[in-house]
Amino acid sequence: MSQIEVRDLNVWFDKNHALKNVNMDIEGKRITAIIGPSGCGKSTFIRTINRMNDTIPSCSVKGSIKVDGNDLYGEDIDVTQIRKRIGMVFQKPNPFPKSIYENIVFAPRIHGVRDRKALDAIVERSLRRAALWDEVKDRLDKSAYNLSGGQQQRLCIARALAVEPEIVLFDEPCSALDPIATAKIEDLLIDLKNDYTVVIVTHNMQQAARVADTTAFFYLGELIEHGDTQRLFEKPDEKLTEQYITGRMG
Amino acid sequence: MNIDLSNMTKGLRPFRARPGARRELEGLPRALLLIITLISASTLLMVAGFLIFNSVPAFRSIGLAEMLLGTSWDPTSHIRAAFGMLPLLAGTFLVSILASLIAIPVGIGCTIYLAEIAHPRVRAFLKPAIELLAGIPSVVYGLFALLILQDWLAGIFGLSSGYVALNGGIILAVMMVPIMVTLSEDAIASVPRELREAAYALGATRWETMRSVVLPAALSGIVAAIILSIMRAVGETMAVLMAVSQTPLLTLDPFSGVQTMTATIAIEMGETAVGSIHYSALFAVGTVLFIITLIMNTIADLVMRRFSEAYQ
Repeated sequence: MSQIEVRDLNVWFDKNHALKNVNMDIEGKRITAIIGPSGCGKSTFIRTINRMNDTIPSCSVKGSIKVDGNDLYGEDIDVTQIRKRIGMVFQKPNPFPKSIYENIVFAPRIHGVRDRKALDAIVERSLRRAALWDEVKDRLDKSAYNLSGGQQQRLCIARALAVEPEIVLFDEPCSALDPIATAKIEDLLIDLKNDYTVVIVTHNMQQAARVADTTAFFYLGELIEHGDTQRLFEKPDEKLTEQYITGRMG
Repeated sequence: MNIDLSNMTKGLRPFRARPGARRELEGLPRALLLIITLISASTLLMVAGFLIFNSVPAFRSIGLAEMLLGTSWDPTSHIRAAFGMLPLLAGTFLVSILASLIAIPVGIGCTIYLAEIAHPRVRAFLKPAIELLAGIPSVVYGLFALLILQDWLAGIFGLSSGYVALNGGIILAVMMVPIMVTLSEDAIASVPRELREAAYALGATRWETMRSVVLPAALSGIVAAIILSIMRAVGETMAVLMAVSQTPLLTLDPFSGVQTMTATIAIEMGETAVGSIHYSALFAVGTVLFIITLIMNTIADLVMRRFSEAYQ
């Protein structure tokens, strides 16, 4: 059984049919990349996995997404618990206008951790896990806004890891970063899959090829093809996929 | 050797300014706008100069300390006229504090509701309605306080007269709320969406996001909104004049009549001889009021400036 099972997923924004009958299995402790041209629904897709689309009033969702067998869109679901177990990192680094320390402890605190020592331990563990600890350990009380873009993005990753999620979603995490910062994040992603299931949206096909175990290609709201990354880039089953990866479309 | 340069210069010609034409036209509007701006800006200096110039005689003959700290304002006394501003300061202070105590919680509550809780369609109706309140002339509010609100107050608290400081405070609060809501809702709305998403994605509820992320990020804007609306209360003349029986008592009792600085000027200016000490003393009251608002405005400005740097 796959960790995430998406069945007949349809998403609308008002009357705009953004995702059409998506069926997809996502394996645990792997990196799954979602590629496709702008507006193809790839961001919308991963935002259904932690129900972030709920924050947009015009959005409606039909179908089911099961994580470890539990339907995220079933009855009696606590969205905050979903988001605790399924973390998300966004396109633009979005640290809170608070200190580095406060950024990390934000989520553990709202989920009930009060003990100062426990919080200190979470901060160190999360920052180490996001390969940021050595760069910031002497200035944890300084504003997160003093960090570089790449550091801010790793801080956001550390912040997401602080509540020990099982799945981490990345929505084009490197599109605002320079190549060196991008390389660091990619190394980190590969390292993270030992402990987490990673789903990453990217418009950069080289990035998908570099980091992902499996890759899914979306086009106009439909999942065209999903399979082993190497196979998909070398011998795509679908004509559309081939056109996209060879640059004849999008 | 003959080199023909005409082809080279031909290529450059389109970028050269045509003599005259557009540049001359731009000079005139520019000068006009500069003059208009200078006139507006210099008005402030003229107002300040006018106030200070006219209040100098009072300060000189009564004395700065006596005017600012004197506990009695009785400019028309036949025995000994007194020009102590303290009762007027107390009156303005009391009415404004009462208004703020009511308006700040109400205003913040309205703002949070509008910004984060209300359905977009509800907000689309309520926000303009509240903003419209800001456009109602203060004399209309005054009329309401004069005819209706004081009656209620007298009934509720068993007062012989409802024209007390609290009556003025309530009506000022009603006038403060729209300013506060409009400005602080703007401050909350300008908190980037990415910050809210970050909090939601970590499993924060709407309320937790509001309390721990949005409000702290918008705090300086909200504080500035509060200060600006208090300035409105301090500077308001007509509504307070109609709502409160103007008696210059040195008191902080909400159930007493008081006299505010603004109302003092409005009421007494018509009854003084131009050039008299009383006349000049009213300008002195105006000068003090001017300084108070200037200080508050500066504070609001400083707070706001900090706010605009918050997300750099």
